[in-house]
Amino acid sequence: MPNLLIELFSEEIPARMQAKAADDLKKLITDGLVDAGLTYAHAAAFWTPRRLTLSIEDLTGESKAVKEERKGPSTSAPEKAIEGFLRSTGLTMDQLEVRDDKKGQVYFAVFEKPGRLAGEIIAEVLDKTIRNFPWPKSMRWGAGPMRWVRPLHSIICLLSDADGNEVVPFEIEGIKSGNTTKGHRFMAPDVITVSDFEDYEAKLKRAKVVLRADERAETIEHEASNMAFAAGMEIVEDKGLLAEVGNLVEFPVPLMGPIADEFLGLPPEVLQTSMKEHQKFFSVRNPKTGRIEKFVTVANIETADHGATILAGNLKVLSARLSDAKFFYENDLRVAKAGMGDWLDGLANVTFHNKLGSQKDRIERIAALARTLAPSVDADAEKAGEAALIAKADLRSDMVGEFPELQGLMGRYYALAAGRTDDVADACRDHYSPLGPSDVVPTAPVSVAVALADKIDTLTGFWAIDEKPTGSKDPFALRRAALGVIRLVLENNLTLKLKDVFASANEGADADELLSFFHDRLKVFLRDQGIRHDVIDAVLAMPGNDDLTLLVKRARALQDFLSTDDGGNLIQGYKRASNILAQAEEKDGVEYSFGADPKFAEADAERDLFTALDKADAEIKPAMENEDFAAAMSAMAGLRAPIDAFFEAVQINSDNQIVRRNRLNLLSRIRTSCLSVADLSRIEG
Amino acid sequence: MADKPRSFQEIILRLQNYWAGKGCAVLQPYDMEVGAGTFHPATTLRSLGSKSWAAAYVQPSRRPTDGRYGENPNRLQHYYQYQVIIKPSPPDLQDLYLGSLQAIGIDVHLHDIRFVEDDWESPTLGAWGLGWEVWCDGMEVSQFTYFQQVGGHDCKPVSGELTYGLERLAMYVLGVDHVMDMPFNDPDAPIALKYGDIFRQTEEEYSRHNFDLADTDKLFRNFEEAEKECQRLLDFDHDDEKTGKRILMAHPAYDQCIKASHVFNLLDARGVISVTERQAYIGRVRALAKLCADAFVQTEAGGHVV
Repeated sequence: MPNLLIELFSEEIPARMQAKAADDLKKLITDGLVDAGLTYAHAAAFWTPRRLTLSIEDLTGESKAVKEERKGPSTSAPEKAIEGFLRSTGLTMDQLEVRDDKKGQVYFAVFEKPGRLAGEIIAEVLDKTIRNFPWPKSMRWGAGPMRWVRPLHSIICLLSDADGNEVVPFEIEGIKSGNTTKGHRFMAPDVITVSDFEDYEAKLKRAKVVLRADERAETIEHEASNMAFAAGMEIVEDKGLLAEVGNLVEFPVPLMGPIADEFLGLPPEVLQTSMKEHQKFFSVRNPKTGRIEKFVTVANIETADHGATILAGNLKVLSARLSDAKFFYENDLRVAKAGMGDWLDGLANVTFHNKLGSQKDRIERIAALARTLAPSVDADAEKAGEAALIAKADLRSDMVGEFPELQGLMGRYYALAAGRTDDVADACRDHYSPLGPSDVVPTAPVSVAVALADKIDTLTGFWAIDEKPTGSKDPFALRRAALGVIRLVLENNLTLKLKDVFASANEGADADELLSFFHDRLKVFLRDQGIRHDVIDAVLAMPGNDDLTLLVKRARALQDFLSTDDGGNLIQGYKRASNILAQAEEKDGVEYSFGADPKFAEADAERDLFTALDKADAEIKPAMENEDFAAAMSAMAGLRAPIDAFFEAVQINSDNQIVRRNRLNLLSRIRTSCLSVADLSRIEG
Repeated sequence: MADKPRSFQEIILRLQNYWAGKGCAVLQPYDMEVGAGTFHPATTLRSLGSKSWAAAYVQPSRRPTDGRYGENPNRLQHYYQYQVIIKPSPPDLQDLYLGSLQAIGIDVHLHDIRFVEDDWESPTLGAWGLGWEVWCDGMEVSQFTYFQQVGGHDCKPVSGELTYGLERLAMYVLGVDHVMDMPFNDPDAPIALKYGDIFRQTEEEYSRHNFDLADTDKLFRNFEEAEKECQRLLDFDHDDEKTGKRILMAHPAYDQCIKASHVFNLLDARGVISVTERQAYIGRVRALAKLCADAFVQTEAGGHVV
């Protein structure tokens, strides 16, 4: 069976779009082929800055013939209707079949749709794919109407098998399919004719184009590490940068260069950020000094001077960039050493939100809240307030103005320069954390206090002015802030009554509503950790649900309990009791909740259940008070056997109304005991 | 081919010759203060409508906020851009561009030339396009854009626009570290002039003017006046009473749009426009640019057939 090679050769595709585009190409083409009745064994997509390539193996040479039927009018329909049906199907009267239908006999047209050659199908699918390609942003060029991410120049569309190969004839807006492409823009710009995918990849390699992105990345990683190692250094790993740089070149040539001595005093993060953001350089660290002392740039060309000119040019640009960074840093240090007064004053002129005042207003609120929270997180209140007051000062620094991603990090350097203690400086750095679900959560008490205060001020503030997230819209990243609070609380095992905290942060925020927003975030968070949503609901329904640590402890204990044999059966017993009770209450129009008395018990199993409930209640109450959920669950587990035995031996409905009422009231005791641990009615199954 | 030029002006002359050789009309700079070569009507207006067009020119450009009193090695409030605009964009525009680098002495086999994604947008002109910034050994040397929209109109056909930041490019080619040290004419000329001999003093004067002395009351007035005048000119009847011809005021009105844009830049440099006002001013200039574009496409050069 033939193999298919498709290449769409264009001007430079943005690095960030290439991988997804190759994937889309594969999906759209293979789906199209399969929909049209072809099958294939294997498909793989490739990309470089200038091409998207698809290789499909063992494609069927043609689609099978298929039978298609169309139901027509009834045999008793007016002649005009039947004529119309014949016209639309292109058949004659004697070719129609007559079949029985619910309403009588009807005409059926049966067509044999002949199979089609693969080439014909491919051309059709390719045309549709190119015209409807899901680029994040596409453009027109020249005088044509076509859209592509950048001008499209040539198309390979080639079927090949053991006997040879054949171009699938295809044309779109003046571009004809062929069997040729071009090599590296500078090193091998000539036209290459290819016969199949294997030949294509090999010839590209000779023409200085590495087709596979992972191979380009591997070359970069390998050669860069070798160069660094030879100099006694190591590459600072950066997978994102590696992927990006690998998609900026067709033929990677890593080159290593030095960072001039005058810049080595800059914080390593500054060097790294400046080099990465502006020039896409890798940082090279000296493990002995911990400093970043060299860089690796990745060129797209091998030159006669082995990259000397390229490196010299890059060094020049780097030097200009780092001179700026150094200028900023030195300026900033001056302001920091003078106590950061300029920055703090400046923050008064920066609006945080027109309904929430300036950054300075906000910082003062955060500082007050950090002081309030300090005792709950074992932090010194003065330190927490002090840290909060300067934690955002670096937003006014030149360095953060240039590299916003260094916020906090520079704050730490500047706080130390201002003579503040380590815990205060660390809080400046860490108070934004955690930023995402995988970001590290601060644990140092002062950092935790400021990090919590920062997020809670934001949440209560926006809640108070009714700027809440809706649907996919969350412009102030409030979901992230809530998740940050949740992780700070849980991972530091903090006991915080959130509603009280919300009230002390901002009285204008509806604490109940905000708490339910937190509960929604908590559910998502716990679900990712494998806790069932019905378990979470069961514990959320209990009092004290604004203490997240307590909530999660309950949820974990309940989930553990439910996974045991006793737990599973107890739930069944509880449900049975609760259902019978509900039906009886509905029927009788009363609530059975009081007065079960052992003296009306008739069977042993009934008496045993009284004893068991007394015992369980005596254990559950103190266990819950002590937040010893495991003990509460185990007390509840003790009810399983007596409940099972009770249902086995005792018929609730008795002719004796006193006995019946007593049994219903006994069932109510089961319900009450169980509900004192968690709202088991929420448990599914 | 790739022999090195010796001066700033030689680089300009080579670009002029190169693009003239490729069939561009070599125009002269527009005689108004503009922020970039794109503002020249040869680009803004001529990229609209169906008529073919090919032009290249130097455009002195002013960015008042970039003034550094002539002290910064790379920043100037007045600098030169080299602009090429071809409609429809030819299929070999990238190769033509690379040829121009060869022409000014950049050997593409010795340097690392890259096309790095950069989507261009001019909020003041209501214009956007897709393309790249072109890197040479890690330095941005040009902007390469396929115009998609100008003045709110879809560009059909699409123009290809190349913009070279001449000082930066020339400093790199000539191996100069401070712009003021760059030879302007031939360094062996009887009267050899450096960039600083010509522009250091003006950079000082204009930096002070732009940051501290420009009369903001007058500038605010000028902005309003230009805005009104632009609209007034476009409101006139298209049929000229005197000649009996249909004569729209697309270009004179567009001059007022350019003026408003530059006045806004000066006000911005004077620091008297707040963050929220800024957007409003940019929107007002864009509204003028759109009106001018609307008018231009109704004219002959805008492809209008009466």
